[in-house]
Amino acid sequence: MNIVKCYHCGGDCDMSTIFFDDKDFCCNGCKTVYDIFSSNNLSYYYDLQSSAGATPSVVKDKYNFLDEEDIVEKLVEFNDGNIQIINLYIPHIHCSSCIWVLENMNKLHDAVISSFVDFPKKMVRITYKNKFLSLKELVVLLAKIGYEPYISLDDYGKAKQPTDRSLIYKLGVAGFAFGNIMFLSFPEYFEVSGFWIDQYKVLFRWLMFVFSLPVVFYAAQDYFISAYKGLRSNILNIDVPIALGVFVLFVRSTLEIMFDWGTGFFDSLTGLVFFLLLGKFFQQKTYSFLSFERDYKSYFPIAITRILKNGKEENAQVYDIKVGDRLLIRNEELIPVDGILINGNAQIDYSFVSGESEAVRLASGDKIFAGGKQLSGAIEMEVLKTISQSYLTQLWGNAVFQKDKSSSFQTLTDRIGKRFTIAVLSIALIATIFWSFYDSSKMFNVFTAVLIIACPCAIALAAPFTLGNMLRIFGKKKFYLKDTRTIEQLAVIDTAIFDKTGTITTAKKSAVCYEGLGLTLDEESLLKNTLRASNHPLSRTLYSMLKEHDIMILDDYHEHLGKGIEGRKAANHIKVGSAIFVGNASEKNMVKTVVHVSANDEYKGRFVFHNEYRKGVSQVFKSMAEKMNVAILSGDNAGEKSRLEGLLPKGTLLLFNQKPKNKLEYIKALQEQNKKVLMVGDGLNDAGALAQSNVGIAISENVNVFSPACDGIMDASKFGQLHHYILASKKAMKIIKMSFTLSLAYNIVGLYFAVTGQLQPVIAAILMPLSSISIVVFTTISTNLMGRKLK
Amino acid sequence: MSVIYVLLAISIVIALVFFVAFIVSVKRGQYDDSYTPSVRMLFEDELVKNTSDTNTTTKKANPTK
Repeated sequence: MNIVKCYHCGGDCDMSTIFFDDKDFCCNGCKTVYDIFSSNNLSYYYDLQSSAGATPSVVKDKYNFLDEEDIVEKLVEFNDGNIQIINLYIPHIHCSSCIWVLENMNKLHDAVISSFVDFPKKMVRITYKNKFLSLKELVVLLAKIGYEPYISLDDYGKAKQPTDRSLIYKLGVAGFAFGNIMFLSFPEYFEVSGFWIDQYKVLFRWLMFVFSLPVVFYAAQDYFISAYKGLRSNILNIDVPIALGVFVLFVRSTLEIMFDWGTGFFDSLTGLVFFLLLGKFFQQKTYSFLSFERDYKSYFPIAITRILKNGKEENAQVYDIKVGDRLLIRNEELIPVDGILINGNAQIDYSFVSGESEAVRLASGDKIFAGGKQLSGAIEMEVLKTISQSYLTQLWGNAVFQKDKSSSFQTLTDRIGKRFTIAVLSIALIATIFWSFYDSSKMFNVFTAVLIIACPCAIALAAPFTLGNMLRIFGKKKFYLKDTRTIEQLAVIDTAIFDKTGTITTAKKSAVCYEGLGLTLDEESLLKNTLRASNHPLSRTLYSMLKEHDIMILDDYHEHLGKGIEGRKAANHIKVGSAIFVGNASEKNMVKTVVHVSANDEYKGRFVFHNEYRKGVSQVFKSMAEKMNVAILSGDNAGEKSRLEGLLPKGTLLLFNQKPKNKLEYIKALQEQNKKVLMVGDGLNDAGALAQSNVGIAISENVNVFSPACDGIMDASKFGQLHHYILASKKAMKIIKMSFTLSLAYNIVGLYFAVTGQLQPVIAAILMPLSSISIVVFTTISTNLMGRKLK
Repeated sequence: MSVIYVLLAISIVIALVFFVAFIVSVKRGQYDDSYTPSVRMLFEDELVKNTSDTNTTTKKANPTK
């Protein structure tokens, strides 16, 4: 069969193809967007990239809260009563067509003055006349064309953070000074004496001095600050010898030109700082479209509908919700606070909170917890706790979220830096003492020369370039890490903890098997038609699993809330649902997700739902279990225990019914036994564990959608490669160690010149860039070679 | 040989001009998003080809305004 692709979104058009303007559309929504685009002269959208669009979602009432002036005021970047500017995050931005159509918003609505897309951040900045187009209308317009912005509590009143560009400035300053000083010092490299040099060298040297000032006092200031901080807390980090080197270079060079001893080392000084900053810049790979710092605020809505005493509805900001308020939760809305269900058909999906994938049905009077998502129709609830006191949000009160993980970890470079500093200082001292007996005039010369030449430029560059490059390689493989520190941590992991639902299983419970007596064709047809009428998620799954049957109209259909459904056609009668409802009292196994079937009051059998495990789970666990301790912490019940035991290597620890806090405590306990713990999770329920662990990796089916605060985000399709990525991190550390050896070799050559008192500026000027560049080349080539082997 | 002073002055002034230009461009945020402009610059030419009333649309479509 020839599958027709939708002209707008590229999705498969099944039976309900809409033929419009010589093109096929999968649904009315897509057709409408096409209609809007073509009637506004925007059909170029489809020429740039074919089928780039998204099906618009139904958004009625969803953005009612944008009618509130106070909320709008907190969201917009600029507002003078006539013109408003807003930055909106639009997850769907993914291609050049998106940029084009969003930047041509003014064709869709005259009130839009300009719109500007930041593609890497998936943000659009829209300036519009709010007299003619309110924020709500703008958002609805965007949603209508398939670019629905994502507005969460996180955006509310968030102060615009100024982007930190200081590193680029510093790099610019250092590069500028480096280049100019190189030109100015060139004459003296080759001509040591002569009329020309003698006459102008003073001017040249002082010009170099002037150029070096901003480098030492501005560009290199981070190294001085870091060295000072390190020394104050009794740590000899790698910045100590760097700061010492820069300082000695500057002082000695200044003295040299002051007393006309020589040219000084301004070229090496600025070159050193320039290369170091270059390394820092390279290390700073950020994935601006991802956020590693999310908390519950990114999931929660800004406002919710509150029902007043007189029965009227109003939009209330979630922070303003008080205990005792009545709230209206619409379909697909997230519940922001704990409360009690008053009325309505509550079917709450708690997968965010507990990891439990199945929706819970509640009756009036039951407790509802914040973080759940209502799945069917509107419900009313009464508030028991305010947002900050709710069960889920309390997790963020835990101290682990305030702690900065990076401060407690000492990098390999820092560990080496400590020994290196001690070695360099002792060599400098011994050499000085030696020369004080032999030729005391050279004492100062030798002491400073040792500190200059031993300045660990190459060592300090090895890690940033290796790990920075690894970060990029991983990024290309859809394994996004927060920073280079994470790779170092990943290399030393000895315990791996996995969440179950959503992490090692796919989001859907789609594997179903039938146990029991065979169903006749009539029964199966009846079953399918009965299921058709039900909205329960299990019914929907089962419905899509069963073979195609003719649609028939049932004579009788009943849905028994929390029990099951029954249907009747002619003489045949079928019951689907829980064991007791169907009439099978012998059923004891309650932990599995099971749907029982009986036909004409005769028990037939049961459909058992299984979680579908990701591809390669078994292999990942098998290879990882050989190298480290592996465990599963699940918020789910123990229903899958036997199946997991079969799937995973023997000795894998399986813990079920773990609350978010339990997971956090468990990891903390492991860390107290000096274990380096890797946590792999997905939802908000793992947020505490991810923050507590040494490396927290969030698995995501779609990296543009939200994942909790973590150190790395991994595309779900790459789960099978997890162990290879850990091994690659280990290899990266090996590469760094190899480059340390290489740079040490350079240092020994340099130290020979320094200790013997014959260090010429030209030697320093050659040796330093040479060692730095060879380290950069070595690490880049070797990491790229390694990256090629990764899948 | 005192022309060297003039030459030095010129070379430093030119270098400073570029340096200031760099600082200004960073300050204006040109280095914040290095991807979108590379796509955006390709739009206008194609747009002229594809739309009939080029006069009005190209003016409006200019994303830098």
